[in-house]
Amino acid sequence: MTTAVAEAQDAHDEHHGPEKGIRRWLFTTNHKDIGTLYLIFSLIMFFIGGAMALVIRSELMQPGLQFVHPEFFNSMTTMHALIMVFGAVMPAFVGLANWMIPMMIGAPDMALPRMNNWSFWILPVAFGILLSTLFMDGGAPAGGWTMYPPLILQTGDAFPFLIFSVHLMGISSIMGAINIIVTILNMRAPDMWLLRMPIFVWCWLITAYLLIAVMPVLAGAVTMLLTDQFFGTSFFLAAGGGDPVMFQHIFWFFGHPEVYIMILPAFGVVSEIIPTFSRKPLFGHDSMVYAASSIAFLSFIVWAHHMFTVGMPLSGQMFFMFATMLIAVPTGVKVFNWVATMWRGAMTFETPMLFALAFVFLFTIGGFSGLMLAIAPADIQYHDTYFVVAHFHYVLVPGSIFALMAGAYYWLPKWTGYMYNESLGKLHFWLSTIFVNLTFFPMHFLGLAGMPRRIPDYSTQFADFNMVASIGALGFGFSQLIFVWVLLTAKKGAKATDRVWEAPRGLEWTVPSPAPYHTFDTPPKGRVMQEAFE
Amino acid sequence: MNDNAEKRPDNANRSLTGKLLLLAAVMFGFGYLLVPLYDVFCEITGFGGRTNTVAESSRENPDFSRSVRIEFVTTVNEYAPWEFAADRDSMEVTPGKMYYATFTARNLTEGKKVAQAVPSVAPISASGHFKKIECFCFTNQEFQANEERAMPLQFIVDPDLPEFVDTITLQYTFYDTVRVSANDGS
Repeated sequence: MTTAVAEAQDAHDEHHGPEKGIRRWLFTTNHKDIGTLYLIFSLIMFFIGGAMALVIRSELMQPGLQFVHPEFFNSMTTMHALIMVFGAVMPAFVGLANWMIPMMIGAPDMALPRMNNWSFWILPVAFGILLSTLFMDGGAPAGGWTMYPPLILQTGDAFPFLIFSVHLMGISSIMGAINIIVTILNMRAPDMWLLRMPIFVWCWLITAYLLIAVMPVLAGAVTMLLTDQFFGTSFFLAAGGGDPVMFQHIFWFFGHPEVYIMILPAFGVVSEIIPTFSRKPLFGHDSMVYAASSIAFLSFIVWAHHMFTVGMPLSGQMFFMFATMLIAVPTGVKVFNWVATMWRGAMTFETPMLFALAFVFLFTIGGFSGLMLAIAPADIQYHDTYFVVAHFHYVLVPGSIFALMAGAYYWLPKWTGYMYNESLGKLHFWLSTIFVNLTFFPMHFLGLAGMPRRIPDYSTQFADFNMVASIGALGFGFSQLIFVWVLLTAKKGAKATDRVWEAPRGLEWTVPSPAPYHTFDTPPKGRVMQEAFE
Repeated sequence: MNDNAEKRPDNANRSLTGKLLLLAAVMFGFGYLLVPLYDVFCEITGFGGRTNTVAESSRENPDFSRSVRIEFVTTVNEYAPWEFAADRDSMEVTPGKMYYATFTARNLTEGKKVAQAVPSVAPISASGHFKKIECFCFTNQEFQANEERAMPLQFIVDPDLPEFVDTITLQYTFYDTVRVSANDGS
């Protein structure tokens, strides 16, 4: 397979190495460069959003107001969410998609390389705009990331900037998603039929369709906010005949598929890693595909479970409650498949596997608290409490973020050509896992005891658990610096082999490590394909 | 196959990209389509306490076998400079019979103000059966400086009101229309 690449490089003279200096990154159309840009960008956003989380947790360490004004506190919760969702988690998965999908399906690059460059470079602009609102009159948006009109329309100068940055994020995601679908459907190697595709590719294909279906709906909703504020429409202004509850419906029609946009690629990553370190093929490959598709379909008909308390007919509550619980079935299929993959496997516990295992266990906890929230009568008690905060952080931090970390450690040797420092990786894993639980587990208790979310101050009976959560958050935040250390020392380890691990499956392991600038100029055939999937 | 691979990508990519872009555009439109859909849905189900905001006609057809309690709730929107209250908190009514109620509002400012009252009915199952024949909420209400005025409501509770409903809450929120009308343009 190495020869195939070398041959291709000789045969076509348009294949050259990367340009030098900053031009390489500004004008690149190479999927590996763009993948790297996405990953670095999302890591920076992860630390910015994380710093905001630490402001929140520092303020909440003790009852009373210690460090920040309540308005600024609200800005922090709003910005933390927007940055983590749109700036960290989503671009990180797009980065993995850019790097890995062409190599996994035997394509030379993404299908639309110039659009690929665009979809990345829009992002720094979007987040530059969003972050600049911190310095504007009236402060950064403080109405929550759900942008509920009666709150968000009170935003000061930052309001139009918020809307335009959301537009830009949406445009970037849609372009990225189109690129991924076209690549997967049109650029597969001849022997890569659809159901042979690795699960990571499958999950991304489904995610990309979700993105195209719902990001425009969000764009529409924020455009309505914009025209309500500046152009005399009354979509959400009651005095003009509008209804803010309608905003919630439109927002969550986007918002619920959005949460699967953040978790389906994570399912894909974990489904690649567990088989490798269990030294067995993935159990139930096809059922994983069908499960992911069912989850994607169901995500469109459950949105109102986010708004059980707005007042809804009983039949509506019942429908959304049962539809939501139905999602536990395909999700359960996935969890059981991962467990069955490990069953009697010759398991080893390198850092990627540790993160993947923690993902399976801790994501499932988040799934269970989600089921509790799905119960409409119980949700009226849990709604807008820290129980909700605990739930979605369990599925997002030890869920999506752990899967991203697992993926980064898993493919890092393929990207750099060297083994990362395994002891540092393990240290990173153990500190992250301990602290993430210390942070978010007590929040379940706080929520059940009635502590509301999005408040800078609280009743003294909540003090102890908040102290524990804040210590956990500081610990988790600073443990992530170990990951930066791992990246900085990534090229100091032993030379990585082409296969990197003992028994990985997939085409990406048939190219040299580090992966050359251009791979699969000619599609892989017969023997290579068989070796990759033996 | 090789031939195919040479020719296929460009055209196929272009047409698939076009279709996906179209899908994105359609979904953008769908977001807007949700607005009228939501309105229709609310009108049919009474979801969100939706109740008529233009006059409805209804003949008197009293059903003396039962009585229903109507409760009035008034709210003034955060930034609206009014006092606004119902003249009485509640009344017992016979379904199918016409009733009158008055609400009083006072402009607390030294300038002309225009208000809009927005009604809402609970429970949802009653909202379609509470028929306003005449209501101050059907139009904007103009107030001179410091003006205080009584405003009429005329309504019939439909005798088809479900058996289990014995109390209906009618709620009005008073809004300052400045934001809406200032933007009105025309």
